[in-house]
Amino acid sequence: MLHLKDVIGFFEDSSLADAVRENDLLFPLIESVHVLAICLVVGSIMAVDLRLLGVAWVKRPVSGVTRGILPLTWGAFLVAVASGFLMFMSNATKYLGNGFFVAKLCLIAAAGINMLVFHFISARDQRRWDSQARLPLSVRLAGGLSMLIWIAVVACGRWIGFTMEAG
Amino acid sequence: MTGAVVIGAIVGDFAKWLGATALSHAIQTAGWIIPALQTIHILAIAVLFFSAVIVDLRLWRVLQSDVPLKDVARRFLPVIWPVVLVLLITGGLLIIGEPRRSLLNTTFYLKMALLAFAVVFTVALQWSLSAAPEFWEKGRGGRLAAKFAATLSILVWCSIIFAGRWIAYTQVG
Repeated sequence: MLHLKDVIGFFEDSSLADAVRENDLLFPLIESVHVLAICLVVGSIMAVDLRLLGVAWVKRPVSGVTRGILPLTWGAFLVAVASGFLMFMSNATKYLGNGFFVAKLCLIAAAGINMLVFHFISARDQRRWDSQARLPLSVRLAGGLSMLIWIAVVACGRWIGFTMEAG
Repeated sequence: MTGAVVIGAIVGDFAKWLGATALSHAIQTAGWIIPALQTIHILAIAVLFFSAVIVDLRLWRVLQSDVPLKDVARRFLPVIWPVVLVLLITGGLLIIGEPRRSLLNTTFYLKMALLAFAVVFTVALQWSLSAAPEFWEKGRGGRLAAKFAATLSILVWCSIIFAGRWIAYTQVG
């Protein structure tokens, strides 16, 4: 049977992981790309959340706001996942042993569930409220929850850097 | 002594003095303050960077192209200025907490120079997008200028974020 430990070992022992570990420039470079991508992910999601909360850009229909923003969110999210995975690979065992790293992954999963619930349940009657400034409670809740989760994701991400031993 | 050496000595003394203040001690002693300040700093960068990029992508006609350029600029660019204030405050507190990390670091001064340029450039862009939005959309010259300005804006903000992360890797001692 294939264990999680074997999979982690496979990534950790790869020459790519070795390069990220050993090359002095590669890790900060990947980390900078990660920060850049995270900023776009979080900034763009917050803009959408503020619209859902009825705080900003309320004259524009929700569908217009999301159509003009979410492609950027998804593009940046892909870059954040790819760069994040490269950093994870370089030290997989240590990252998995870090509580803030595990919490960060769980929070991202929670953000995903929040998004799916919004998409498939709260947004089913979107046509009814799409152009309203003040949106139904379930929609506002999804926006507020999303904001809180992503703030916590960023906090966990920064705390990983302070709780991982160098090397 | 040359001017550079004198300035270096003054900055060194200032960093030493700053690191010995009560506020600096308070920030250093409570282990959670620096990561908390950095978290607020990054969240503020997220808001600023996204706001700049969404206007840049509108200039490129990639996103929000069904909204008039003037409206996109008016919706997102003014957000930048209160956020810059938050960045200056959290950044200032981070410097007070660890003066040597930034004040004795060339990368920090590069970041500040890039920031000064980005601020001037964004003020000019914001002014021009509100005073003469038609310039950026009419004619080949205007559209080319729009793409050039948008690319420059994205590159400068990216360099600032890169320089910010690089401060951690280039500190002395």
